[in-house]
Amino acid sequence: MGMTIAEKIIAAAAGVDHVKPGDIHTVNLDRLMSNDGTTHLTVDMYHNKLTNPRIADPEKLVFIVDHNVPADNPKTAAAQKKMRDFAREHQIDFWEGKGVCHQIMMENYVCPGELIFGADSHTCTYGALGAFGTGVGCTDFLYGMVTGTSWVLVPESVKFNLIGKLPEGVYPRDLMLTIIGQIGANGCNYQVMEFCGEGAKTLSVNDRMVLCNLSVEAGAKTGIFEADEIALAYLQEQGRKPKAVYKSDPDAVYAREYTIDLSAVEQVIARPDFVDDVVPAKEVCGVKIDEAFLGSCNNGRIEELRIGAGIIKGKKVAESVRFLVVPASLSVYKQALKEGLIDIFMESGAIVMNPNCSVCWGSCQGVIGENEVLISTGTRNFKGRAGHPSSKVYLGSAATVTASAIAGEITLA
Amino acid sequence: MGYTIIEKIIRNNTGAQTVKPGDIVTVKADRVMIHDIFIPFVADKFEEMGFKKLWDPDKAVLIYDHLVPASQLDDTRHFRIGDAFAAKYGMKHVHRSDGICHQLMTEAGYVKPGDVVFGTDSHTTTYGCVGAFSSGIGYTEMASILGTGTMWIKVPETIKVVIEGKLPDDVMSKDIILRLIGDLGADGATYLALEFTGSTVEEMSVSSRMTIANMAVEAGAKCALFTPDEKTAEYCEIQLSEFQKSLTGDEDGVYKKVIRYRAEDFVPVMACPSQVDKIKPVSELEGIAIDQVFIGSCTNGRLEDLAAAAGVLKDKKVADYVKLIVTPASRKIYQEAMEQGIMEILSEAGAIITHPGCGLCCGRTGGILSDGERVVATNNRNFLGRMGTSKVEIYLASPKTAAACALAGRIVSAE
Amino acid sequence: METFTGKVWVLGDDIDTDIIIPTEYLALKTIDEMKQYGFSPLRPELAGLIKEGDIIVAGKNFGCGSSREQAPEIIKALGVKCVIAKSFARIFFRNSINNGLLLMEQPDLYDDMTEGDVIKVTVNEHVEYQGRFYQIASLPQNLVDIISAGGLVKAMRKRNGLD
Repeated sequence: MGMTIAEKIIAAAAGVDHVKPGDIHTVNLDRLMSNDGTTHLTVDMYHNKLTNPRIADPEKLVFIVDHNVPADNPKTAAAQKKMRDFAREHQIDFWEGKGVCHQIMMENYVCPGELIFGADSHTCTYGALGAFGTGVGCTDFLYGMVTGTSWVLVPESVKFNLIGKLPEGVYPRDLMLTIIGQIGANGCNYQVMEFCGEGAKTLSVNDRMVLCNLSVEAGAKTGIFEADEIALAYLQEQGRKPKAVYKSDPDAVYAREYTIDLSAVEQVIARPDFVDDVVPAKEVCGVKIDEAFLGSCNNGRIEELRIGAGIIKGKKVAESVRFLVVPASLSVYKQALKEGLIDIFMESGAIVMNPNCSVCWGSCQGVIGENEVLISTGTRNFKGRAGHPSSKVYLGSAATVTASAIAGEITLA
Repeated sequence: MGYTIIEKIIRNNTGAQTVKPGDIVTVKADRVMIHDIFIPFVADKFEEMGFKKLWDPDKAVLIYDHLVPASQLDDTRHFRIGDAFAAKYGMKHVHRSDGICHQLMTEAGYVKPGDVVFGTDSHTTTYGCVGAFSSGIGYTEMASILGTGTMWIKVPETIKVVIEGKLPDDVMSKDIILRLIGDLGADGATYLALEFTGSTVEEMSVSSRMTIANMAVEAGAKCALFTPDEKTAEYCEIQLSEFQKSLTGDEDGVYKKVIRYRAEDFVPVMACPSQVDKIKPVSELEGIAIDQVFIGSCTNGRLEDLAAAAGVLKDKKVADYVKLIVTPASRKIYQEAMEQGIMEILSEAGAIITHPGCGLCCGRTGGILSDGERVVATNNRNFLGRMGTSKVEIYLASPKTAAACALAGRIVSAE
Repeated sequence: METFTGKVWVLGDDIDTDIIIPTEYLALKTIDEMKQYGFSPLRPELAGLIKEGDIIVAGKNFGCGSSREQAPEIIKALGVKCVIAKSFARIFFRNSINNGLLLMEQPDLYDDMTEGDVIKVTVNEHVEYQGRFYQIASLPQNLVDIISAGGLVKAMRKRNGLD
């Protein structure tokens, strides 16, 4: 029986020839990433709960400070210090203030064929390069850090056969929100969303990141694309080589298959308070907004900044709106600087912040207040996600978000 | 009979024939500044006082800076209250994310030489850089001015500070004001005006003068004053009137004290934890390990400051495990810095560049620290608990010194 | 002349406004919510211990730093009857007058003071402590007027024909 990409990656990591859904295997992890959301908890457990603690392979670890940057209170600062000191002591790759963790991982580490655990739910992003990335809690992370291994229950794969091409003005984010709207927030619970087909070929690595990143919002264990020429070209540009390039076998077994026509996708919005409450954007036009956010590991790359800049050039942010623009990494910021995009945003009256999780994380930067409304390119719109419990978050593409920031209300791009 | 600058401004404003220190006079405000952190209290007191309209909406400026971007759930309440107040009383001058209040007041042309200006922030003394009498007040006082347009003041005595000569290359105006505060003490100029003059002062850019005027309050001063000159005229985009040109201390003006400095004698210094007047030369502090550097604030967040930092940081990287946070003082400065390639240099070095605003200086967010951590900062205060717990050490320095420390990961002098 | 007694809390030189009320609490909606954090960076337990009628005696430059008027408001809200210091920072001084918080300058009392002792104050005249009399300078008339009116808000309300 053939295997899917995800099954092949797990098999290789387990050191076996074949795995099938439902199997439980012990796997070697290629890489482990932890950010300032939970690393301090991991460090505490390492020191307090283990006798003779050791790290299996520090070279496989990456610690990234991205959630509360710059730090907003002494507790955050203490947690970050704990993380920093541990990284320093154990010579673990350490990134602080350089951007959102998943962006840094994609720019600097992820290779096709790898099995990567991250102490963050959006670790599924790495499927854009044909790697199996999945989010775990700090205890699983600790185990992985200390042993270099973990157990995995092999998930089923669900095939998303993409056909056609996205229309002008419709973006990968609209596509993924549409899919999530269709299958529901637990539509692929504990499954792998495998994206393929001729439509997949029309998507750049950036586009694929947008899709894979949100797969967890459909309950998936991960999202994945085959590492084709497009992925390999991206990888080469970053100066890395694949660990292994896997294709799904013709006789691989899928739990379900969908065919998604990209040309039929339109501009959409996920309404408060659920990522799967997706409607055509035109149905919510006119909703007044207080804040707009362009950024996050989902939609904060140069491609999205170009789209936003293209729309806002020569125009101004509405007086009543706070428009936060936050590049996903320092590399993206530098590129945006070169292309004059930061100047366009500054000129328009936007608030441009350093690369970090910012509004999406909703903890300390651009928090929204009582009864306020946010339109965002972040990953989630759960109740209270971006601030006050009474506030409302709408999710949309960079284009929709920027157009709305100018209008002061939700508007079609 | 001779007058000091503050006496001349007050005479001109009140129309009084004579004016002397100790007199209690009523001045008319030429402009007032209210910022986001206190607008809810200003609005409350204004309405509690029973005023129905502003004495002159055009003379009032509302600036959001302490809370941009919002970091706590109730921050946006300040914006809503501010917006509502401005709308209700016809205020047109509202800046919601353009930068720090004290930067914008002169940059956007709200203050002219000879003006009398009050603001709801202690560093309102900043506008003395263009020869205005400007001072910080509380929100109740501000509410009464908004209704009446006037405020009582006691005419202060003046300390004249004369600086002659050429500054060494590694010294910035920040080092001058820190040294002066160290010499005077944190209350050495309480209730006094500080007048700055001399060849060194004349050579200084308006930006450098701003740093000095900004920190005058840290010696307790009521205000700081610089004589308006061609640099002032260029900065303010005006032609100086006869009155404005006359704003210099008279030879026979009566001064409480005259302090003289030779520019060549200044060295880079720092204000040590946790008092602004605890001054030591950087050379005596070398080697102290640090965790963070902050370059920004109304004291030192201008183009000149960012350029000084960029000069040190060019083609180099911030030390491992050290954060460099850069917060330009205004949107305009951010854009100019981009144009001049400064932002590129700073980001290449690994700086964390945030949106123009008060940032870490006001200590609500923006790089807060925890027990045992140390920061070198270019702002104006290093009080206990200002940037985190009371076990955080804050050293105040010039942008040049701060940038050098960021590279080294410890306190060092800029070469 | 008004006379009162009170138990004394002693604070040092240069007690700044970041100590009196740290910036992180300035977005709380009311003085009542803020007052529990008064003096917290220096003496976290103090706000909870101050009782109505207590007196603060301090060194020089009390209230230096920010123009935040919450500083004198919180001291008043905690029940402090007056602050007697070697000297006051000027913005804090004005803000206190405007809020009816009684301030008095006295150069020597601080040096002799022991925390927890009781002193007797005769406003604008002297402080009596352990048999000694410490002179207090009187306030200028315009400030006396504001205080007599009950603070600046009351003075303005009167001006606007209210009350």
